[in-house]
Amino acid sequence: MPPTTQVPPAAAGARTGAPPGEPAIAVRGLVKSFGDVRALDGVSFEAAPGTVLGLLGPNGAGKTTAVRVLATLLAPDAGSVCVAGLDVVEDATKLRHQIGLAGQYAAIDENLTGLENLVMVGRLYGMPRAQAKARGRELLGDFDLLDAADRPAKTYSGGMRRRLDLAAALVAKPPVLFLDEPTSGLDPRSRLALWETIEALVAEGTTLLLTTQYLDEADRLADRIAVIDHGKVIAEGTPDELKDRVGGERLEARLTDDADVAAAVRALAPMGDEPPVADGSVVKVGVRRRSGALVEAVRRLDEAGVGVDDLGMRRPTLDDVFLALTGRVAESADEDQIDENERTAP
Amino acid sequence: MRRLVTDTMIVTERNLVRLTRAPDLVLAFTVQPVMFLLLFVYVFGGAIVTPGYEYKDFLLPGIIVQNIAFGGFVTALGLNEDVKKGLIDRFRSLPMARPAVLAGRTLADVFTNALSVAVLLGTGLIIGFSFQASFIEIIGGLGLLLLFGYAFSWVFAWLGLLVSSPEAANSVGFIAVFPLTFVSSAFVPPESMPGALKWFAEVNPFSIVVNAMRALWIGGPAGNNVWGAVVWSLVILVIFAPLAVRRYRRAASS
Repeated sequence: MPPTTQVPPAAAGARTGAPPGEPAIAVRGLVKSFGDVRALDGVSFEAAPGTVLGLLGPNGAGKTTAVRVLATLLAPDAGSVCVAGLDVVEDATKLRHQIGLAGQYAAIDENLTGLENLVMVGRLYGMPRAQAKARGRELLGDFDLLDAADRPAKTYSGGMRRRLDLAAALVAKPPVLFLDEPTSGLDPRSRLALWETIEALVAEGTTLLLTTQYLDEADRLADRIAVIDHGKVIAEGTPDELKDRVGGERLEARLTDDADVAAAVRALAPMGDEPPVADGSVVKVGVRRRSGALVEAVRRLDEAGVGVDDLGMRRPTLDDVFLALTGRVAESADEDQIDENERTAP
Repeated sequence: MRRLVTDTMIVTERNLVRLTRAPDLVLAFTVQPVMFLLLFVYVFGGAIVTPGYEYKDFLLPGIIVQNIAFGGFVTALGLNEDVKKGLIDRFRSLPMARPAVLAGRTLADVFTNALSVAVLLGTGLIIGFSFQASFIEIIGGLGLLLLFGYAFSWVFAWLGLLVSSPEAANSVGFIAVFPLTFVSSAFVPPESMPGALKWFAEVNPFSIVVNAMRALWIGGPAGNNVWGAVVWSLVILVIFAPLAVRRYRRAASS
């Protein structure tokens, strides 16, 4: 848990901008259509101050649209949306002082240096130039970009651009932060580094709404997860609650001989709540506990005299979540595509 | 209001700094028009009859007006890129004055236009262009150029937000503006053109602005050209600024 629990409620309220005791993000019955496409079809979710809410869903589920409404870029068709105690339509101007946004693409000016980018954003938040400069330097230090501070951003790598983009979202120390698929397109190392940065931010009390297509990302960063599909929230809860519904981790054993399938199923049955399933020469079982599961499986299969070519644990993926929740695999709709077209085509 | 001025200046500064990082863009403002000027004066100049004027005196106001009309290109390209890269989203999520993104962008063009006018005028003076004008008329002419250029920046702002890519902005802008500037009094007297073209060249707002510049700088017949040019500039501004702003809202909000 982030340390906001140790902060007196009044101070927590001041930090989030929300009145004490009220959620930092409150969305009720949000509807947004583009032409005939209902991108958001009555979505509701909440995030308490200082917590991380993960919006999890495939491409085009409506995640980006939700973020755009919350960040005052899009007006909702129906429903009420409050961030930091302010209405996104009525109090949009005030609200913009309280939020930071980092979208799917690094929204930086490639011709400006890293520092110039941050100074520009700081001044547009209303800071005097000197203050914006000091804050920019501070952030570049935090994000390990000081060496590149005076280089045009077009010379930055993908990971550096993302970090600069995130830094730009943090210039005004906003109490509420929106990150739309912050790690998509990053290599594993940059991804891990960004996760650590995000965790440090949240530890300081920032409320974060994060969208992602990756269950492991939501699992690691989010206190609560709302699963979105076709513009609707189809499940909501803590990562553990969701994983329980999905059935946790799965153990898969590829047998040397198909004839052993029945013996393997018998041998592995005690390890899971549900009976193991056989798929050709592969036997799968959802395990209750991860620790020791592989060793136990090896022992049981060995005792049963079953030869194994390959044995491994598989973490549940977004597909597994969707399979468990909806009985079908996650499909990508074209919502992002529609967004894109609406933005640029006549 | 104070916010609008401050934010506009911040965006203007951003767009001007960017020029120093992309020297090839600066070439477009400086070397390219000079090349056109020299080519026209020395390659075509001898074959074009301009009664009452030396060709270089006739041409310079025309080529400056053509050049300034294209000055807004950077706005079209820049805004298109900003939409594509999500910068417009970032700007819209900031507590900044709403019109500042477009106002700052077009104001930056005024500076680059001034630069390219200075370069063209300097080159013109070197090759023998001579003013037939009072100091007031010269300054008035500069003012008119910048006003007309500013109005045209809004046409390009609208265009940049309308089309799908910087490449498209480039070619649509070129196709729309290039013939307009050529079928005008900028390079040759319209009397030398065939019927329909001649008619068009005479009513073309470009011609009116070019004629106004000649009236101000080389003692051409004034008529209503100067006022006509001011009115045309304002009409373009009044039509295209709201179109661009509306397009900006839509581009950023859907």
